[in-house]
Amino acid sequence: MAATRRSETKTITVFMDGTRLTAREGQTILDVAREHGIRIPTLCYHEKLKPIGSCRLCIVEVEGSATPVAACTTAVSDGMMVRTHTPELVELRRETLKLIFLKHPMNCPACEINGNCQLQDLAHEYDINHLDLHTYNIRPVEPEPEPYATPLIQYHPRRCILCGRCVQACVEITEVGAINFKGRGALTRIAPVERMGAIKPQCVSCGECMAICPVNALTEALGKKRGKAWETRKVKTTCTYCGCGCQLELNAVGDTVTGVTPTEGGVNRGALCSKGRFGYDFINHPDRLKTPLIRENGTWREANWDEALALVAERLADIRSESGADAIGALASARCTNEENYLFQKFVRGVLGTNNVDHCARL
Amino acid sequence: MTNSVAEIEETDVILITGSNTSEAHPIIGRMIKRAVDRRRAKLIVVDPRKVPMVSFANIWLRPRPGTDVAWINGLCHVILEEGLWDRDFVTQRTEGFEAFRESLKAFTPEYVEQLSGIPAEDLRRAARLYAGASKAMVFYAMGITQHAHGTDNVKALANLVMLCGQVGREGTGLNPLRGQNNVQGACDMGALPNVLPGYQPVTDEEVLARFQAEWATGVRLSNKVGMAVTDMFPAVLAGGLRAMYIVGENPALSDANVSHVREALEALDFLVVQDIFFTETAAYADVVLPGACFAEKDGTFTNTERRVQRVRKAIDPPGRARADWEIFCRLAKAFSQEINKRSAVAAVANGSAPRGRDLGYWDYGDPSEIFDELAAVTPIYEGLSYKRLDRAGIQWPCPSRHHPGTPFLHKDRFARGRGKFHALTYQGPAELPDAEYPFYLSTGRIRYHYHTGTMTRRCRGLDRLAPTERIQMHPEDADRLGIHTGDRVRVVSRRGQVEAEVLVSDNTAPGMVFATFHFAEVPVNVLTSDALDAVSKIPEFKVCAVRVEKLAA
Repeated sequence: MAATRRSETKTITVFMDGTRLTAREGQTILDVAREHGIRIPTLCYHEKLKPIGSCRLCIVEVEGSATPVAACTTAVSDGMMVRTHTPELVELRRETLKLIFLKHPMNCPACEINGNCQLQDLAHEYDINHLDLHTYNIRPVEPEPEPYATPLIQYHPRRCILCGRCVQACVEITEVGAINFKGRGALTRIAPVERMGAIKPQCVSCGECMAICPVNALTEALGKKRGKAWETRKVKTTCTYCGCGCQLELNAVGDTVTGVTPTEGGVNRGALCSKGRFGYDFINHPDRLKTPLIRENGTWREANWDEALALVAERLADIRSESGADAIGALASARCTNEENYLFQKFVRGVLGTNNVDHCARL
Repeated sequence: MTNSVAEIEETDVILITGSNTSEAHPIIGRMIKRAVDRRRAKLIVVDPRKVPMVSFANIWLRPRPGTDVAWINGLCHVILEEGLWDRDFVTQRTEGFEAFRESLKAFTPEYVEQLSGIPAEDLRRAARLYAGASKAMVFYAMGITQHAHGTDNVKALANLVMLCGQVGREGTGLNPLRGQNNVQGACDMGALPNVLPGYQPVTDEEVLARFQAEWATGVRLSNKVGMAVTDMFPAVLAGGLRAMYIVGENPALSDANVSHVREALEALDFLVVQDIFFTETAAYADVVLPGACFAEKDGTFTNTERRVQRVRKAIDPPGRARADWEIFCRLAKAFSQEINKRSAVAAVANGSAPRGRDLGYWDYGDPSEIFDELAAVTPIYEGLSYKRLDRAGIQWPCPSRHHPGTPFLHKDRFARGRGKFHALTYQGPAELPDAEYPFYLSTGRIRYHYHTGTMTRRCRGLDRLAPTERIQMHPEDADRLGIHTGDRVRVVSRRGQVEAEVLVSDNTAPGMVFATFHFAEVPVNVLTSDALDAVSKIPEFKVCAVRVEKLAA
């Protein structure tokens, strides 16, 4: 392995806001700050991606440097003196945020991530309010709407702050590269990549771009997600599709699953595919079976559990006493839990008395 | 899998065969792409189809369908001939080598080329690449197993990994990618006709006695191996099987030669279907019971790398639907009542004292109690509990409470002691194309759908991406037959026919059409062959012969 071991890297000293900190060579200023609990605001930075350095919010002052530098892309050096929150830096960040809000609409109550939004938090922290923006006297230009790389996702160009997380995620997490910046100046936007050399990168609708967007500029195209951040329960569980066993979070409001969000850990380390992320609609589908059904004279009637189970018990007992337990066959399910498969085979073997139990492992 | 998914990051050479990894297991596919892209790991893909992983491969071998034993034996032949095998591993860890070596003599690359169509020189290159790796992982899926000689295919791969000592270490191994969330767990839990939980044989009297005591049931456990699913439907038609209870499965769409299956479902005296939707199979039932989906219950699933992971309840099941474990508990009690009622009636008739029959313990407060019971009788799960699984999953075998789990198997010894080489002869598929049925048909999945589509077809977004079946045909064949993308065709086999749209694509091989089984309106399994592997009873979904007729627009 080419990766250097931690023990081999050199330890250096960095001063941050007057505090002496121990750091390792190769770390960025942001790495060191986070490790020591010093908060530097960020928007484009994401732990899973290589530093992008586009949002300019993590700027810090470094002794000896004429201009502020981005903490996420600047490596520390021995004896470096860093200031993270001078009045000048605060004013610069405020200006950066104002420029973002020239385009990004301040209609937070209408937005699904209201209450769970880094940009909203920063606007609050840096006191950005609507009135400020009139001083610029600029009218935002909106790019013509155009289709996104997948029909599952809708792109909202005005919300987009062009941080580039989505573009990087498609390359670094999905290994595809289906989207990129397009256009110039005020018309810059995220759009499908037409061609990359000889190949046309094909979007696989995994939604990593959507999951990593900090400002909800990429949303599920099927409609607005129900529920605000504070009414949504998030339950960590295991995906129901292939055998990979990805860990994910089901978002639920009342008895409705409203979406799937990534969670750390597991085989997938937060990544998901199209089925894992978008394949939750079936859960609350109106076609779901909601009551036991009994066929009588060729038609179905609804039944309660007691009568349905009594009928099953009676008929299975009849057939067993007439033809023996081996006249009954049972198919368990690879969709059910271990506990359920265990109980079912226990029922078939220990109650009915046959080994005629199998499941769809061969299909 | 003998090894873990994360070990993809450690390995030097990856061989994928019979797996459309990036479509059917997208997250694992990505990890393999990343290994190739970032770490310069080498990738060998062996597949008749030009699956998307081929574009990342260093070597792509394109065998004719069903010739797997031939090319795998061919690889072994080259590795032996060129002295690339791991002598230490073979001497210390294996047996049956001489007979195996003898059996390979015939499989020269030139002979393999005749059988499989793989150019001899490409086979040699692949052999050198695999055998030269310090760590190599083999991944396979149903493209290897769903054949009339699928067991031989897997044994051949096992021979290959043992010959090169590529097993029992991190970043190596023979790794089947399991297609369903808990197919591994269902097997582990003994939802198989020949084994009890933890792969303990039903024919072992000592095992049976232990379960008899553990379950405290008045019913005598059978020591007779039961029927596999593929035996059950013929048994119905032959009159041996009268009732079936089918949980969360849709054989009326998913099984090979499905017309035959439907005939059997129709012929049953009594059929119970327990599912979350009214499936094609439910239509044949006498009683349909509404179960719960994964979001509506607590439990565990075991993934393809043997990792037991928690499933957590987010919402209640709809209406009167109940978690499947609750249904089984209530059913066991209902059955117990029925039996006790009958013995009471019989007792009155005989004038004897009524004798109840205890059917064991069925009062579980929640799934963690069921888990504790199953862990106690399943040695590979013995050290697991919900408490331990809460933070992260653990890979079995985990025999004790402080055991960390097992990321890779067969470290110092194989489960059976020495690894056994199998001398294999090449036997082709059960049905080959001929003048009347000139095309191979192979079935599989696409990225956006899952199995018979009962769930994904009801996900609006996914169904929008792939709303209909599109039978894939190679451009060479399409040109010859004057067929274009979007044309409708009739695909006919000896067993049935379907009509569908065509997608002209070089993802499939010349002379081969590919279809999914996701779409109820195009039930492709009316075409497939129910020729079974003699050992595993798996049907040959991956090879049958069909003809394609263009329909008038």
